[in-house]
Formats: sequence, structure tokens, C-alpha cells
Amino acid sequence: MSGGEDRHFAAEGRRAVWGILGEYESAEKLLAACRAVREAGHTRWDAHTPYPVHGLSEAMGVEGSPVARIALAMGLAGAAGGMGLQWWVSAVGAPLLVSGKPFFSWPAFVPIMFETAILLGAAGAFFGFLGAARLPRHHHELFDSRRFERSTDDRFFISIESEDPLFDPRRSEALLRSLGAVHVELIGGAP
Amino acid sequence: MVETAGWTAAEIDPIEGRPVLIRGDRSLHGITETVARPVEWSPPRGWYIAFGISLALLGLFVLSLAWLFWEGIGIWGNNIPVAWGWPITNFVFWVGIGHAGTLISAILFLFRQKWRTSINRAAEAMTLFAVICALVFPAIHIGRPWVAYWLFPVPNQMETWPQFRSPLMWDVFAVNIYFTVSLLFWYLGMIPDLATLRDRSTTLIRRLVYGALALGWRGSHRQWAHYEKAYLILAGLATPLVISVHSVVSFDFAVANMPGWHTTIFPPYFVAGAIFSGMAMVVTLMLICRVAFRLENLITMLHFDRMARLILLTSTMVGYAYGVEIFIAWFSGNAFERYAVLNRALGPYAWAYWVMVGCNVLAPQVFWSRRARTSIPVLFIVSILVNVGMWLERFVIIVTTLHRSFLPASWGAFIPTFWDVATLAGSFGLFFTLFCLFVRYLPMVAMSELKAVAHAPSAAGGTGS
Repeated sequence: MSGGEDRHFAAEGRRAVWGILGEYESAEKLLAACRAVREAGHTRWDAHTPYPVHGLSEAMGVEGSPVARIALAMGLAGAAGGMGLQWWVSAVGAPLLVSGKPFFSWPAFVPIMFETAILLGAAGAFFGFLGAARLPRHHHELFDSRRFERSTDDRFFISIESEDPLFDPRRSEALLRSLGAVHVELIGGAP
Repeated sequence: MVETAGWTAAEIDPIEGRPVLIRGDRSLHGITETVARPVEWSPPRGWYIAFGISLALLGLFVLSLAWLFWEGIGIWGNNIPVAWGWPITNFVFWVGIGHAGTLISAILFLFRQKWRTSINRAAEAMTLFAVICALVFPAIHIGRPWVAYWLFPVPNQMETWPQFRSPLMWDVFAVNIYFTVSLLFWYLGMIPDLATLRDRSTTLIRRLVYGALALGWRGSHRQWAHYEKAYLILAGLATPLVISVHSVVSFDFAVANMPGWHTTIFPPYFVAGAIFSGMAMVVTLMLICRVAFRLENLITMLHFDRMARLILLTSTMVGYAYGVEIFIAWFSGNAFERYAVLNRALGPYAWAYWVMVGCNVLAPQVFWSRRARTSIPVLFIVSILVNVGMWLERFVIIVTTLHRSFLPASWGAFIPTFWDVATLAGSFGLFFTLFCLFVRYLPMVAMSELKAVAHAPSAAGGTGS
């Protein structure tokens, strides 16, 4: 541990250092590097890849996603809401006697209940993803890096935030370089 | 074809060996360049020609609708007893087209069919645009489109509510929700690729537009983990949805008491027919895009081979349904059912029935041959024939049943008018205009998915060139 309180707030006239970014050439190197960064005890860090690299979750120790639970809850709410809407309209709001059938003739309401369950379940998956991934986001410090633009093309990156208790500009750079980074840069902190 | 000349059977068959999903430059950057080039460069001349024709047809569509709203639905040929006529034929046709897109994007994803990766984005776009075309027709068919909101459960001063026991109401929900879920699925899959376009953009306007659309995506693995989970769930939800949508469309017919409609085979028959016609439309569109945008390395003959197999499979399902209809008409002993089937095959619209059988059952049989499945001219001609046949199928179902139902006193005929034809042609204008804009401004191949497939540890050839 180095720094202390002044770790986040650099000298006057300089912006705070957000973190450090290391660039790797292949998914294999990134996987090995992620294992090492995790074993070094880092907690506030991430990998950035142009496609979902399988095995990275295990290497990074990323736990499950809440998206499935959100989608399930929303889907059940959609089913209840769809049936509830049809029940209210057909049996309470505007009861209409058709061929002597009961007002709440639920078998006829199953198709729409199914569709509304799918609708809200899908909305839950999509917006649950946005919420869990902290999107949409207008700007991010990483976008200051020109090299980071290749993270959506053909390069692999590891970012360690300055919020990480083990973060230290020099030691973190040495760690990332020792793991095969072809380029390391500090994000933020420029005058 | 020359392209398949160098291929061995093992390269094509996924069971015998690993299929070569994409060819040429398979490096990560190579894939980015191939996919992003049509979006970033000025399009080939063929695009302008296609866009011009599409816009002209779209103009015809707008004109047809303007005249319709001014004059009323009397400009069409539909009248009692054939009240549904062309607009509902067009509606069922366009909804069906959309289904192949969802099959490719969701069902084949769940079955881990990696070959879908090159075509799923464009197929999903096709789904969206086809459903947009489909949604227009019921809205204009109701005669007074400005009261279309009566179809939705909206509290209003008349205190009227929809009748939820009607399959037509189920259809309103099914098709609108199908559009919404397809849109979410398509957009979710596109977020990483929009980020690629954002990061490659050279002009401010591109940076702003693609930046806004990419929602701030930074390819972080924690984001990918949520993304993959959400994508899997959406695929899992879209799969039963797509089957339910055309089943519900078939209920519009099957729940009615009309001879020729009132059969239990309709839901699976309609779903198979929908995937059949949609797959043919995907083949047509992909053949054009492949040539126009030089995507030969990403959309290979392997993909067409697979799609041709699916066309063959669904063609035999549709042929089976045609056969069952005839059998049940005889087996049921119902005089009205028998007459409906005989009238289809031998009545005034027999020409439509036999063209339908020829296009849908006979023409796809050429795909038993691998040479036909990998021949561009054969694929193109058969895919067009299937679309003609599938449009005629809906025409036959609607018109032959309605024009001669139970009482001979209420028999009539249906003759389409100029405006019927213009509206159908115009809807193709709407469809192709949207598709032209899509291939021009959005990544038509799922880059991040393709990279994952091409660079998975198990993929043939390792990490490319």
C-alpha cells in the first residue's frame, strides 16, 4: 500500500488518476494475465475484450449475473399482469355475456397471458442487462485512451482502478508488463 | 460452383469434421475490416440502384395508402363474402417471412449452430422489417385506421374494451410483442458492434450517432457476463414466442368455423410454412448482399447449404400438411370440408393452388442434391419460387374458403384491383428500403459473435492468419 489519501487527488492542476490500462495481443495472454492479477489480490479491475472470451469469468473470479433473476421476476409479473388485465376487463370493468360463457373464462386468456409474460421477461432481460452493466453511460475515463479504441477491434486490455487498495502506478505498471503487456498507460492524471 | 470446388465433404459436414465457417482473412482485425467496410465506404453502385427501386416502390406504397385513406377500402377487391382478401394475405405472408430470422437468431443459437453467426444479424433485421410490413396491413384493413387504438386495452371515454376471447385480439398482442422482443434482441446483439463502429469513426457525426447507440459499451468482461446471460435469456424467450406467434395467426383461421380453416393441423402447418418462406427470403437477401458487399468470405456456400437443407425440411412439412388436408377432408366425411378441398384443387382458383404446390413442394426437392444447394442460380430461383408459392398459399387459404362457404346463396368471387397489387408491391418497397438502409448504416454481420466463433479454442485453424 502506498499513497494514502492523496492517491486519488494528484497535485494541483492535475486531474485525478483513474487507473492504469495494459494492452495484450491475444486472448491466451489475457487469460494468463487475468489469473495473475486476481491472484495478486486486486479487486477493482476488469478485462476488456472485443468478444466474450470464455474461461475469463473463472480466471477473473466474476460471479453470476442477476439478469436471469430479474427476467424471471419480470416474466412472472407479466403473466400475472396479463391475466389480471383480462380478468378485470372481462369480469369487472366491462362484463359482456358471450354464448353463456363465464365472465372469467380463463382458458381463452392464456395466449395473451403467455405473450405478456414473454414481453416483460424480455424487457427484464434487456433492461436488467443495462442496469447490471451500468449502461447507458455518457462517458467513461477509459475512452480518453486512443489505444483503448482497439478493444472493440482486435486487442485485449486489463484496467486496474486507482480505487483498488493495491493500486500503485509504478507497481501496477510493472505487474501488467511482467504479464506480457505490450503497452501500459495511466488513465487520467494528465495536466 | 467454383467456390465449392476445393472443398472436401469433411469441411462441410459438422459431424465428420469441423466446418470452415468463414474463409479468407480470419484475424480479428480482418473480420472487423470486412464487416465495417460497407458501413464506412460509399456503397457500390448496385446499392444505389436497389435503393432507388425500393424508394420508388415505397412511393407507390405511400400513394396507395393515401388513396385508400381518401377513398376508403372500396378501392380494393375484397368485399363480402371475401372480406379478408389481399390485405390479410399480405399480413400473414409478411409475418411468416419474419419467422426465419428468429429461427436463425434464437433457435439455432440455443442449438449451438455456429454457422448462424454470419447471417443472424441480417436475418433478424429482415424479421423486424417484415413485421413492420405485416403490422401495416391489419391497421389499414380495418377501414378506419384512425380508430386502430380500439384494438388496445386503452381506457377511453366510450368505456369500450377489447374482447379478449377473440383470436384476433390474441394476434394484436402476439404480433406487437413479437416486434418488440425482436427489436430488443436485435439491438442487444448489436451493442458491441455499434461500439466497434464508434471506435472506428472518423467523422464527428458518426462518432456521436454510433456513440449514442453503443450506450457507452466498453467490452468489459463484467459487462460481457451480463450481456451473454441476457442474450441467452432473450433467445430462450424468443423461441417459444416465435412458435406462438404463427400459431396465434393460424388461430385466426382455425378457431373460425369455416370449411378449410377449422382444422387442428393449422398451428404447426403455419409455423413450418412461416419458417419455410422466411428462410427462402433470407437466402434471396443474403445472395444479393454477399455479391454486392463482397462478403464471400463470411457468408460462404456452407451457409447456403445449411439454409437449403432447412428449406427442404420445411418444404416437406408443408407438403405433408397439404396431404393431410386432403386426407382429413375425405376421412372426416364432412361434405363442406370435402367441397372446400375439391374447390381449392379444381375450382376457379385451381391455378393458384397448383402453382402453390409446384413452388412449395416440388421446386425445393432439387435441394436433395448438394450441387443444387451450393449453386447460386439454383438457390436464387428456388428461393424466389418459394416466396411466390408461400404468398399464394395464404391467398388460397383465405380466398377459396371465403368465396364458397356453407350457403351457395352467399357464394361470390374475389378479383384483385390495381390498388391491391400496388399495395402489395409497395410493401416490398417499404421492406427493401429499410433493408437497404440497414446494410448501409449498421453492421450486417455480428462481428463480436463471429470473432468469438472464429477464435474459440476449438475452432479449426486456431487464431487465424
